[in-house]
Amino acid sequence: MTAGRKALVTGAGSGIGAACVDRFLADGHRVVGVDLRAGRMAERAGDLEAIVEVDVADAAAVNAIDGVDGIDIVVQCAAIAGPIGPLTEVSPTDWDRAMAVNVSGVVNVMRATLPGMVRRGWGRVVNIASIAGKEGNAHQAAYSASKGAVIALTKSVAKELATTGVLINAVAPTITDTPLLGPATQEMLDFMVSRVPMGRMCQPEEVAALVSWLCSEECSFSTGACFDITGGRATY
Amino acid sequence: MSAGRRALVTGAGSGIGAACVDRLLAQGCRVAAVDLHAGDMAARAGELDAVHEVDVTDAAAVRAVDGIDEMDIVVQSAGVVGPNVPLLETPADEWERTLRVNVTGIFNVMQATLGGMVERGWGRVVNIASIAGKEGNPNLSAYSTSKGAVIAMTKSVAKELATTGVIVNSIAPAVIATPMNLATAPEVLDYMLAKVPMGRLGQPEEVAALVAWLCSEDCSFSTGACYDISGGRATY
Repeated sequence: MTAGRKALVTGAGSGIGAACVDRFLADGHRVVGVDLRAGRMAERAGDLEAIVEVDVADAAAVNAIDGVDGIDIVVQCAAIAGPIGPLTEVSPTDWDRAMAVNVSGVVNVMRATLPGMVRRGWGRVVNIASIAGKEGNAHQAAYSASKGAVIALTKSVAKELATTGVLINAVAPTITDTPLLGPATQEMLDFMVSRVPMGRMCQPEEVAALVSWLCSEECSFSTGACFDITGGRATY
Repeated sequence: MSAGRRALVTGAGSGIGAACVDRLLAQGCRVAAVDLHAGDMAARAGELDAVHEVDVTDAAAVRAVDGIDEMDIVVQSAGVVGPNVPLLETPADEWERTLRVNVTGIFNVMQATLGGMVERGWGRVVNIASIAGKEGNPNLSAYSTSKGAVIAMTKSVAKELATTGVIVNSIAPAVIATPMNLATAPEVLDYMLAKVPMGRLGQPEEVAALVAWLCSEDCSFSTGACYDISGGRATY
């Protein structure tokens, strides 16, 4: 239904990002894959319009992406779990890195892509937030703070652009079966799943299905919203 | 994607309900239409599985709807604006009627349909709430109260059924161009429109597009949520 649009996906090499790439390709879009490590996108290289190895925290590098001003659809999945542990033990370096990737990265990509969308009068941006940004997960202060920031950032920019034809929304998944869970212990995973009324993890393809809708013509009167995909966990 | 599913739409004769009927028909669903006035559905009678003139506040009449236990999809649009006056001037009978239609009606239809869905292990319910149920619109205390109740009822029953394959969500539109809003005082309508960053009324078809997604296989890990379609107005 949105076939032929130019989409840019960050964090495209794995997890939700990779699922969004697959879904967009199936939807008929031309997809630019952005990831910190180009190697992770190698197996999809033939299907992709371009593979860009970029650290989204590096604004100059983001601005230098070939054709970044011609993108219609942006999905921002690039993120790190950040430091796990009590706030008082989080190193300032780790804190800064989590904010740089999860917040400044989202800002950098929007700054590079929104002007073109506004000029052409059509755009869809989906920023992947997290239930952690609504609830605040214990021992994940940096991740929770960064995802809360993504939600507020999305609302703010969406209102700025509400009459331009560019729609900007966030989605807030709960625990999703992706490599981001790598460092989590089985005990942590069990705890997180126990908070989900559906009693299971989310699959990346399920998030991609929601993202696909939010990036389509079908989504036309929702902007600045944070869409739930938490298996019933979210309270608001 | 919902082809062949059996859908029941309340308030099917006009506004959001009629748009949902059209949309579900276009997707190949078999649609049973429920409205207080069968005449409103006459134009679509040939395409509908059935037309039921039923007051959703009448639990016995709802249960007597032919095939009510075989519905796969339920969309509840039946609603009234209720008294458009300060709380202090709200007549008790109008208060009760608003709550009966907007809250008890939704309860009645869910009671009649969820049993079959759970038995078959698949179901999608979308209850039309309103931004008024989150924010509380002045001089619309009965309506605001009723829509807040719909949001909470949706969350409650969705958690009860989270592992059954039956997914229950609500949506919260801002002001939509429907006959229901024709009854709203112009100054109240202006107040509502001024709060929408997109600066326009939503169209029933836009709401139907969101409803269609929430009723599809693509929606599989979101339940108990209240999806936004407020043109950027919603704050949470």
